Amino acid sequence: MKPAPFEYVAASSAADAVEALRRFGDDAKVLAGGQSLIPMMALRLARPSALVDINRCGDLEGLAESAGTLTVGALARQRDLERWARLRSPLFQEVLGSVAHAPIRNRGTVVGNLVHADPASELPALLLCLDGAVTARRTDGERVIPADKLYLAPLTTSLEANELATAARFTLPPDGAGWGFAEVARRHGDFALVGCIAVLAVNGGEAVSHARLGFFGVGGTPHRSAAGEAVLIGREPTAARCLEAARAAAAALSPDGDIHASAGYRKTVAATLAERVLAAAIGRCRRTG
Amino acid sequence: MKRAVRVKINGKDYGRDVDVRSTLADFLREDLDLTGTHVGCEHGVCGACTVLFDGLPVRACLMLAAQADGHEVATIEGVAPSADELHPLQEAFWAKHGLQCGYCTPGIIMSACAFLEESPTPSDGEIREMLSGHLCRCTGYHFIVEAIAEAARAMAARGKA
Repeated sequence: MKPAPFEYVAASSAADAVEALRRFGDDAKVLAGGQSLIPMMALRLARPSALVDINRCGDLEGLAESAGTLTVGALARQRDLERWARLRSPLFQEVLGSVAHAPIRNRGTVVGNLVHADPASELPALLLCLDGAVTARRTDGERVIPADKLYLAPLTTSLEANELATAARFTLPPDGAGWGFAEVARRHGDFALVGCIAVLAVNGGEAVSHARLGFFGVGGTPHRSAAGEAVLIGREPTAARCLEAARAAAAALSPDGDIHASAGYRKTVAATLAERVLAAAIGRCRRTG
Repeated sequence: MKRAVRVKINGKDYGRDVDVRSTLADFLREDLDLTGTHVGCEHGVCGACTVLFDGLPVRACLMLAAQADGHEVATIEGVAPSADELHPLQEAFWAKHGLQCGYCTPGIIMSACAFLEESPTPSDGEIREMLSGHLCRCTGYHFIVEAIAEAARAMAARGKA
């Protein structure tokens, strides 16, 4: 047995879980898929005094697409999203293919990944690019936290200790939009050193009408590039413009260097990946009015 | 803190009181003597402890035993159809030298069982992608890829027969 001792609570509903979180206060952790929390406990990087297991909360299951919005319950596994993506979204499919490995995705939840807030994780950057949000519930109410207000620092979100993330919401790309995704990792499925996501729509006048450019692995939080998007929006997406946008985006990044890659390397790779994903996104656009 | 769990493992029911700190891997190995599930890194990276949980491959080191209550688990001990017959995957690993020390093998076989069910005619690329979730420090992987491809062929032929 590797983790430090803890009290274990098997919650039977979301209401039950938030009540337990209220009772235990700051020292409790929510156990969903456990694919990040259990290793951190095994290494004793995390020593929660109580685990609130939400795996038996039937009301947190499910994944539903409606009117251009995808809502993912706190218990939906990454594998569930992958199965939906196979039919509905090559963008999600490609992103999920880079999230660890099948045995991890079978157990790991989408919402758990989002609120674990690993800066090298793909899904938080996707949430940012798809104007997403997370629903947070506590005993006395519920609030919706938009993605751009969620991520504060590595492994740190604006969720309070007494709040349970019950669902995440992604706004699916507009009709005809193209997308691009690329990352550099030491091995397939490893944490990315740098990754980039683009979603673009181009109107009939050949001008970019919707631009999202997001990065992960290049700072303490996932990053949506206002600098890169500003170069593109309302303009014709030529190869030169994409290069300009990619360079502007990379220039605005301030990644940290670590044992895996230097800050300079990350910045250079970010520019290259941004140019590639923008080109891929434009190639996939269907022109709309 | 202890908790009562009932788990069906390889078709057989087991009931025990487990420490809530026990992982599913600890439970299988130490409480039930099902030591075919190997423990390598104990933080989800190496894949040696992979078992099927309700039919899907998961890391037994990344689940608490208490979470398995009421669920079904399949381990390497239940893969062979009988005491004197191997599963086609085991047969292929033997025939194609898909193992050397064998430490990673049970986890790979469990992943491959689920993988071949979902992709009965996999490409080498798909096999390699599946294997990316497993570390093997002996074989260099080539023979494992061949063994899984061979098992897929054998299972397809058996299905037709």
